[in-house]
Amino acid sequence: MAIVELRFSALPEHVRTARLVAAAVARRAGVDEAVLDEVRLAVGEACSRAVGLHVLHGIESPVRVALIEEEKKFSIEVGDGTSAAATTDGPDASSPAPASSSDDEAEGDMGLAVISGLVDDVEVTADDNGGLIRMSWPVTPEPVLP
Amino acid sequence: MDLSLSTRTVGDRTIVEVGGEIDVYTAPKLREQLVELVNDGSYHLVVDMEGVDFLDSTGLGVLVGGLKRVRAHEGSLRLVCNQERILKIFRITGLTKVFPIHGSVDEAVAATD
Repeated sequence: MAIVELRFSALPEHVRTARLVAAAVARRAGVDEAVLDEVRLAVGEACSRAVGLHVLHGIESPVRVALIEEEKKFSIEVGDGTSAAATTDGPDASSPAPASSSDDEAEGDMGLAVISGLVDDVEVTADDNGGLIRMSWPVTPEPVLP
Repeated sequence: MDLSLSTRTVGDRTIVEVGGEIDVYTAPKLREQLVELVNDGSYHLVVDMEGVDFLDSTGLGVLVGGLKRVRAHEGSLRLVCNQERILKIFRITGLTKVFPIHGSVDEAVAATD
């Protein structure tokens, strides 16, 4: 198993960097060229959503991306710091939402819709460290030369 | 790559030519452009996406927002797109039913319903 980790401040301009790095590592890991566009889009969606959540909750910790190369699959984990914010700030319902938040959250939901439409193997979980989206793609084994 | 935007008028239609990547960073520029056009009275928009390399849900959100704005003035928002990887995003989100998507700017300009 080989891993590449990326941590970036929750700024929209860094999401593109995460996409480029994820696509480069996925290509190296043997993910099919035809699927790389999906990898790029899915990781971008997950990172955009994480950035949005960090901004919404004023979370200063960075967004975490782990690119994990295993024997038969390539996985991407995108972690945000939301559950920590939820415990300190209380649930969203307790305070009136800012005017733009419904649009922002609608976009976040659309991001998840895109991810679940694109990726067959996807898990959305949350623990004490925050929310985590884990996505996996099969890798094509390198051809064995005679 | 950044986002490039240019506009031109053909008859009563305003063509917005978009190039580059529409994502969480660049989408606000597209939103501003669409809002500005509607505020200036352009209610029939054709967004030409042939030069777009990347589109994510933030971009979709902006396009839906644009559609809402022009519809409030009984206008229209048509898309021009032939790229399979971009069309796929509209399909998986069901937005092919929401946006008229055309193969060329000429076709979009000629369309009436």
